[in-house]
Amino acid sequence: MHGLLFSWDFLIRVTVRMCQKRPLPLLTRKYSDVSSVDVDVATGRQFSLRLRGSSFSSVARLRAAFGLICQLRAFKMIKKFDKKDEESGSGSNPFQHLEKSAVLQEARIFNETPINPRRCLHILTKIIYLLNQGEHFGTTEATEAFFAMTRLFQSNDQTLRRMCYLTIKEMANISEDVIIVTSSLTKDMTGKEDVYRGPAIRALCRITDTTMLQAIERYMKQAIVDKVPSVSSSALVSSLHMVKMSYDVVKRWVNEAQEAASSDNIMVQYHALGLLYHLRKNDRLAVTKMLNKFTKSGLKSPFAYCMLIRIASKLLDETEGGHDSPLFDFIESCLRNKNEMVVYEAASAIVHMPNCTARELAPAVSVLQLFCSSPKAALRYAAVRTLNKVAMKHPSAVTACNLDLENLITDSNRSIATLAITTLLKTGSESSVDRLMKQISSFVSEISDEFKVVVVQAISALCQKYPRKHSVMMNFLSNMLRDDGGFEYKRAIVDCIISIIEENPESKETGLAHLCEFIEDCEHTVLATKILHLMGKEGPRTPQPSKYIRFIFNRVVLESEAVRAAAVSALAKFGAQNDDLLPSVLVLLQRCMMDSDDEVRDRATFYMNVLQQKQKALNAAYIFNGLSVSIPGLEKSLHQYTLEPSEKPFDMKTVPLATAPITEQKTEIAPVATSKLPEKLAPSRQDIYQEQLAAIPEFQGLGPLFKSSEPVQLTEAETEYVVRCIKHTFAGHMVFQFDCTNTLNDQLLQKVVVQMEPSEAYEVVHCVPAPSLPYSQPGSCYTLIRLPDDDPTAVSCTFSCTMKYLVRDCDPNTGEPDDDGYDDEYVLEDLEVTVADHIQKVLKPNFGAAWEEVGDEFEKEETFALASVRTLDEAVGNIINFLGMQPCERSDKVPENKNSHILFLAGVFRGGHDVLVRARLALADGVTMQVTVRSGDENVVDVILASVG
Amino acid sequence: MDSTSPEPSLYTVKAVFILDNDGNRLLSKYYDPELYPSMKEQKTFERNVFNKTHKADNEIAFLEGMTIVYKSSIDLFFYVVGSAQENELMLMSVLNCLFDSTSHILRKNVERRCLLENMEGVFLVVDEIIDGGVILESDPQQVLQKVNYRADENPLTEQSVAQVLQSAKEQIKWSILK
Repeated sequence: MHGLLFSWDFLIRVTVRMCQKRPLPLLTRKYSDVSSVDVDVATGRQFSLRLRGSSFSSVARLRAAFGLICQLRAFKMIKKFDKKDEESGSGSNPFQHLEKSAVLQEARIFNETPINPRRCLHILTKIIYLLNQGEHFGTTEATEAFFAMTRLFQSNDQTLRRMCYLTIKEMANISEDVIIVTSSLTKDMTGKEDVYRGPAIRALCRITDTTMLQAIERYMKQAIVDKVPSVSSSALVSSLHMVKMSYDVVKRWVNEAQEAASSDNIMVQYHALGLLYHLRKNDRLAVTKMLNKFTKSGLKSPFAYCMLIRIASKLLDETEGGHDSPLFDFIESCLRNKNEMVVYEAASAIVHMPNCTARELAPAVSVLQLFCSSPKAALRYAAVRTLNKVAMKHPSAVTACNLDLENLITDSNRSIATLAITTLLKTGSESSVDRLMKQISSFVSEISDEFKVVVVQAISALCQKYPRKHSVMMNFLSNMLRDDGGFEYKRAIVDCIISIIEENPESKETGLAHLCEFIEDCEHTVLATKILHLMGKEGPRTPQPSKYIRFIFNRVVLESEAVRAAAVSALAKFGAQNDDLLPSVLVLLQRCMMDSDDEVRDRATFYMNVLQQKQKALNAAYIFNGLSVSIPGLEKSLHQYTLEPSEKPFDMKTVPLATAPITEQKTEIAPVATSKLPEKLAPSRQDIYQEQLAAIPEFQGLGPLFKSSEPVQLTEAETEYVVRCIKHTFAGHMVFQFDCTNTLNDQLLQKVVVQMEPSEAYEVVHCVPAPSLPYSQPGSCYTLIRLPDDDPTAVSCTFSCTMKYLVRDCDPNTGEPDDDGYDDEYVLEDLEVTVADHIQKVLKPNFGAAWEEVGDEFEKEETFALASVRTLDEAVGNIINFLGMQPCERSDKVPENKNSHILFLAGVFRGGHDVLVRARLALADGVTMQVTVRSGDENVVDVILASVG
Repeated sequence: MDSTSPEPSLYTVKAVFILDNDGNRLLSKYYDPELYPSMKEQKTFERNVFNKTHKADNEIAFLEGMTIVYKSSIDLFFYVVGSAQENELMLMSVLNCLFDSTSHILRKNVERRCLLENMEGVFLVVDEIIDGGVILESDPQQVLQKVNYRADENPLTEQSVAQVLQSAKEQIKWSILK
């Protein structure tokens, strides 16, 4: 029997191999007796090994066996252990099954004298490991361990001390009274051992608060300019962390940071630059000076260069100046830097600049082109990602790289391949689409959801560019829809299909068929309801509406409440539109009336009753075109109504209208990443104004806010005072909100009002002044006017406006005003009120039904010649802008190569009357326009026609 | 997200983590308190990243709006995470530095067991490379000098292992010759 001592890390491996009893061909052939080796109980960190078997003759043989095993490992034959073995060979992970309480128990040896550095180190490591694994330490136990740990400062073991610093940092937030180590750390940071100084500074700054910071300020200043780079860097970085907490103190260290910036060490340079910028970023002049200095002196650190490029491009962005400034030249010169990191940063900065010309882009694109063939995946990725961005705005600039991109479409990194293909889809010709789509479908299942979304967005853009390719795309999308994927991905596909359907009537049926198939097995409620809504809208108008009924009714049977309710609504739309389907729909709705959910039952009952009346007007009002009021507004009005009980029924017309939804599809192809933003339902702009105005006592009793206009500038940019006006329309009044900004830093304005002189019979009722207007802080004053009651057709008016105020001169530095001031006035540009201010946009999803609903009681028609307009597009744009109404049925888009077009507009006139306009346009030597207006009120019709003429 | 250029800042690294070949966390640091604030979110993120990256050694990936550079060695996976706008090459330089420094203190045995045995050294290396998200050092030589960590403090054992290996080679040579 032979006994041997080996270091345990070597032996574990042997143990494992033996336990597994896997065939080790070399071993068993040459040294078959070795398989009988087994490892005995562990004693401390070493294992004793006993060998059994009589044929074993020499230690050398055993050694040879071990050698073989090592060799085998080198050949990667023993690459992975079995999990089971790992657990049985308990030594393979020294941290496995660590018990927090046991470790804390062990931590008591910190108090033993003399300190055993090795054991203490091991325990500290265990504590940090546990914290890292997410183990929760209670305040008491953490504090206890922390205090025990402080004793370890007595030891001079380097690694142990460093681990103490780490423990301090890790425990800074969970233990109490961490500041007791301040003096120990201060001693280390100013001591002789350079190895300790940097880490000590970082640990110290982690536990310091604003009051304590004053005490160590002197040391920090010294450390920043210390000649040992690690000390200086640590001090600079820690200062940067503390800027958030105590800006005022750190600000005093600017001079030291400045000195550090001229250090020879590249990291010190970088950190100093970062700190300096952070301290000065609000002072544009100082930043400019700093940039000038560093761009001239030339830095050594590539990191610092990247930082400079970012600062420069930010500055360029803010000044909105031309690209002929020295800053742009600096960024461009960085394209020739030796370091790839800097070159890429510069190229990316140029690409991201807004309104960059193709000529300015060219050098950046050509370095990116070079990077495309780099052996480094990260560099290829960076290059192709940036090129993808260029292709969004300037596809032609990237065409030169097409060949390089072609080489990347088979890249083993699928992210790179995807980006290359989507870029090519943007820059390539229609003929290459099929080939690229085929390539990408070969690996679409391998890429991450984020990139799948990129692909979908690229397809969506392509469909707009090449409408004829829709069948290829639709096929591809439907395949993608069948694959697994997250919500964002599915939503992108569904949105894309919907936009194709809307753009391209030919694809409607195939698209709807794919969507029908998708909702058969769709786990996302939002998407299912969205699709059902679309089917309700589009389905009844297809040649064969009956085939969708089955899909919709299946949802009623199988899905959750929200989906069932949406399905019921969709069913009702089929019934309302198609008379021959009505009986079947009624039967189905009848069944839905037994549903277990309130909402579903209510909807079914409601639609059932409406449909049974068989009246087009009812159908239009209650089934096709739902409520057009703002939901928060409705909630508020109803709440108000319940608070003041009255005999009168609730009047829908008092509820503010919803501002027209943005119908334009977002076609931006940003590579993803918006998903992290919190999705909050922001109240609409108008709801915010409503709140603000309601808070002003003078404006109470005006009723609900009807419409708020876009801001109108009443001054030139860059004048002494900047004033813009927002027109708020109420039922019988208008409120003009003047947002004023004082750009003179030596003046304080007080009692600011805007005096308005109307040209028509409008009456100025009241002015609410802005009490005080200090330098660069915007303030608002308001003017209330009454609209003439007697003449409802007087909708347009011009106001001449003058701003009046009291000026008090003040010290530009302190902002301290003089005691007395003088009155002054400032003439603003004229303000116009037009017909558009009296009309709120309302989207009627089904214009035809709405048209019938309003009826022809007050219909009027007139024909105009628009001599100055040359194209139909221009005419459509002008009419929409002029009337301020919502185009329906996508009639704002004029198909190409047509010389006639019908525009449908819908809106609500002040006072709550629906107004619909149908304008037939014909192009021939200018545009001829026949306008038909319908409304529930005759005056409204007259107003519109009068204003058009 | 593509809102022009990123705000100039030294805060480059959002997170660093090292996983084993089952996707378990061995070490991880998150520097942006807004990014995955809870342990559960962090672990889910790590799991997602691992699932997407462990099959192919592709060096770079884009997940959950983050740029992730990574590197694997035997049964270890090293990850460095930055924002979508971050310069990928900067992240790469951090990753390389982390990998090279770790590899050095583990004496080229970049594998799970060896890493776990020298955990304190790895903690120190990470601490020297990144401080609160700021790149503190990107040169492995400098990092090693600052950490000044010795992998195994029992030179005797080290030597004996070397001897054993040596004699094993001799033996094999002999046995082949026989």
